[in-house]
Amino acid sequence: MTELNKKTLTELSGLLAQRACSSLEIVEDILSAIESREGEIGAYLHIDAAGARSQAKAADGVRADGRAGPLTGIPLAVKDLLNVRGDPCGCASRILQGYIAPYDATVVALLRAAGMVFLGRTNMDEFAMGSSTENSAFKVTRNPWDVQRVPGGSSGGSAAAVAAEMAVAALGTDTGGSIRQPAAFCGCVGLKPTYGRVSRYGLTAFASSLDQIGSLTRTVRDAAMILDVMGRHDSRDSTSLNVPASAAVAALDAAEDLKGLRIGIPRGLPLEGLDPEVEAAVSAAVARCEELGAVIVEVELPHLQYAIACYYIIATAEASANLARFDGVRYGMRVDGEGPVDLYCKTRAAGFGPEVKRRIILGTYVLSRGYYDAYYLRAQKVRTLIREDFSNAFKQCDALLMPATPTPAYLLGEKLADPLRMYLDDMLTAPVNLAGICALSVPCGFSAAGLPLGLQVIGPALGEDTVLRVGHVYEQSCSWREKAEIKRSAM
Amino acid sequence: MEYEAVIGLEIHVQLKTRTKMFCACPNLYGADPNTLVCPVCLGYPGALPTTNREALRLCCTAGLLLGCRINTNSKWDRKNYFYPDMPKNYQISQYDQPICSAGGLDIEVDGEKRHIRFSRIHQEEDVAKSTHTGGVSLVDYNRAGVPLMEIVTEADLRSADEVLVFLTALRQILQYGGVGECNLELGQMRCDVNCSVRPVGQKHFGVKTEIKNMNTLKGVHAALTYEIWRQVNVLRENGVIVQETRRWDPELGITTSMRVKEEAHDYRYFPEPDLLPVVISTEEIERWRAALPELPSVRRQRYEQDLGLPAYDAQVLVAEKGVADYFERVIAHSDNIKAVSNWIMTGLLQYLSESGLPVEQVKATPESLARLIALVDGRVISHSAAKDVFAEMLSHGDEPDVIVERLGLKQVSDQDSLESWVDKALEENTTSVEAYRKGKVNAVQFLMGQVMKESRGKANPQLVLSLLKEKLGKPDL
Repeated sequence: MTELNKKTLTELSGLLAQRACSSLEIVEDILSAIESREGEIGAYLHIDAAGARSQAKAADGVRADGRAGPLTGIPLAVKDLLNVRGDPCGCASRILQGYIAPYDATVVALLRAAGMVFLGRTNMDEFAMGSSTENSAFKVTRNPWDVQRVPGGSSGGSAAAVAAEMAVAALGTDTGGSIRQPAAFCGCVGLKPTYGRVSRYGLTAFASSLDQIGSLTRTVRDAAMILDVMGRHDSRDSTSLNVPASAAVAALDAAEDLKGLRIGIPRGLPLEGLDPEVEAAVSAAVARCEELGAVIVEVELPHLQYAIACYYIIATAEASANLARFDGVRYGMRVDGEGPVDLYCKTRAAGFGPEVKRRIILGTYVLSRGYYDAYYLRAQKVRTLIREDFSNAFKQCDALLMPATPTPAYLLGEKLADPLRMYLDDMLTAPVNLAGICALSVPCGFSAAGLPLGLQVIGPALGEDTVLRVGHVYEQSCSWREKAEIKRSAM
Repeated sequence: MEYEAVIGLEIHVQLKTRTKMFCACPNLYGADPNTLVCPVCLGYPGALPTTNREALRLCCTAGLLLGCRINTNSKWDRKNYFYPDMPKNYQISQYDQPICSAGGLDIEVDGEKRHIRFSRIHQEEDVAKSTHTGGVSLVDYNRAGVPLMEIVTEADLRSADEVLVFLTALRQILQYGGVGECNLELGQMRCDVNCSVRPVGQKHFGVKTEIKNMNTLKGVHAALTYEIWRQVNVLRENGVIVQETRRWDPELGITTSMRVKEEAHDYRYFPEPDLLPVVISTEEIERWRAALPELPSVRRQRYEQDLGLPAYDAQVLVAEKGVADYFERVIAHSDNIKAVSNWIMTGLLQYLSESGLPVEQVKATPESLARLIALVDGRVISHSAAKDVFAEMLSHGDEPDVIVERLGLKQVSDQDSLESWVDKALEENTTSVEAYRKGKVNAVQFLMGQVMKESRGKANPQLVLSLLKEKLGKPDL
């Protein structure tokens, strides 16, 4: 068996079960792929080849003992802001240089217990603040489909690794679109679970009420496999929903078509700058869903136009407090000063990148005396309206379809000069985080220039089964993955 | 012109829970620095808080004992500021929806009854402990995250004496409630004072100062006494009080301006997104109310009315809950309630004061004290011998019977021995005998002393006295 790095989790799970390959062989294929392409792509910040090999051998041993599960022995790349015991957890920032995680994030512990092999940490925008991975303090990640373009962000490294076949699956995080947008730009599947579905314990916090851990995979079924392991209540996270564990794979395997489902298409989205090719691809996807048995209805989401302002006030406010702990006192980088205030100023000035500083200042401002009511409080009220928009929509439909991004991947450096332009890209994804609901980005075509295009499937809170069903049935009915293979080999 | 002081207090009380407010680290004093820590209370990336329900119960218990309204819905807020003793550089606290509101405490100062109102009680996490030595600051995070209750009074207090009585009463109630140990020297109870003065009769308040760094109740009293005097003097000399924070210096006996923070803090409070709102059911509150311990004032009344103890005894016994508990365990085994009270008020309390031990660590069991009293009542040993026995019991914990045997303290009560000692004393002290017979009644005390000396303290004093009187006969008056 060769080129195991190109297989899906579903395929690998089967091959391993049949003893047609070993976990070690999978790791070796991935490491070879990394050796040949990582120099160009730059998806990884840290690769633990020795650790991966030894975990793979242990997994093969577990399998020999007959104790293997569906994910045993399958490697996983992890975004650099999840704590993995014994590994650096840098969040792509200088300020955490030297910090070695003393504990596993709950998600990591669950996946480890399921037998997955941890092989490396992927690049990201510093502290998840960005939409292109250009804000990493260390390196730029390039889009495997066109290395002059961004992979998206902030989980750009994870998406690029999967797209370039240097990983079979990767964990990402999504606060305003940071899984779905890079998934769309890189032609993979990106799942953002319902807020509270997956524990945040061990996830370095950016915006506490918006962050969720999710996955970047090749197929929708792969995403369901990972969700079934991660989607559990965790008493260490007070915002973790106390609901039964996810059983998405079983629900997905039982789905043959979309009969009986009502799919909502939002009317009048504030979409200046929606690329016509994106629009066409999404329309075609909607038509396909109708063919597959879904009933299409039009819905309204009248307050979505305020989502970006609302998001950037709430997220930065929470981030300004969450990032206050990085002060050089207990861990990470320290630049000494005379007295504590000097220590803080010097350390944080040296340790944080410009976008992080920008957002901390913005967040501090919207919480400050005299401005709290006008900004933070008001934004929370608007958030309620946005949440109600979705609740109302879901009375008329079971899932919504929208583009994941307004355009395909843009050029590196193209949006760096004007941060606000980049913020606007979150227009289609951030409302989902504000409402705390779930969403999936699934490939729905290519632009004429050969760039991937992404379809976003949005579901109500704890509606993962429906969202994954729509995504899976649509995906199985198309041949985007085969077309992707063809394009890849032509590159 | 006469001035009066207007005083309000902010009291931080560490709660007596097993673990910290938002993590499972032990809530213990005195461990080696930075050993009772974890990613949560150290503010590591990715760590999240979870609420200690026991701390909520203790806070509500305090609220119920202090007559507050328990708010069934309250929430947590982040209080944002940077300081090395703050692991996250924000403190999880409660801003505008505290757990308890209103409430009050009745105190009596110089015979005058006063009612001091509370504004609120809220929960928060404690900060780490810094020490500064030789140009270096050391931070111990063992204390970071310990559950704290902040009690805020209205500006109802009017003198340093009142404050002392108030804090003593408050501390007693909190100890009784099992809410906290409230040892000021260990930082388990910390008091900040807000103080202003105004001409008597003026309705509005004067400019207030905040005083910090009082580590004992006496210190609070002394600091307030000084500050009130200082403010009155400033005003009498037509000066102006500056609104500021001042530091009490116990060595110099003055308060000094801290002027450390030039700009007023903007804490940028916002609701804590990592925690759910605090919901306390009315059913829970009623369950906690039913489990409230007896208040010290109620206990004191019970000792006076039901046990027939004098008011003084009752007050001394209830002052510390542990001592009152000890007392009640002794009287469960002894009918001589007054004797129990006496032994505790003198012997036990003195021992506690000298040894500095808490009553829970005393080696003499309540049952053994009851036995000792029985030995005295049964005239097996004399009262003065019993004092020696008690001293042994307190420090070594042995049973009284064993100690009596070992020290050979059994009283001698047999007629023959007593008679021989009495006769000897009478023979050797004829002047005293004469004096007694001539009407100097007190001479019998001297003779008693001689008998006790002769018997090395073993003679039963009551029998000796009656024997002496019998042999001396009636004095000629």
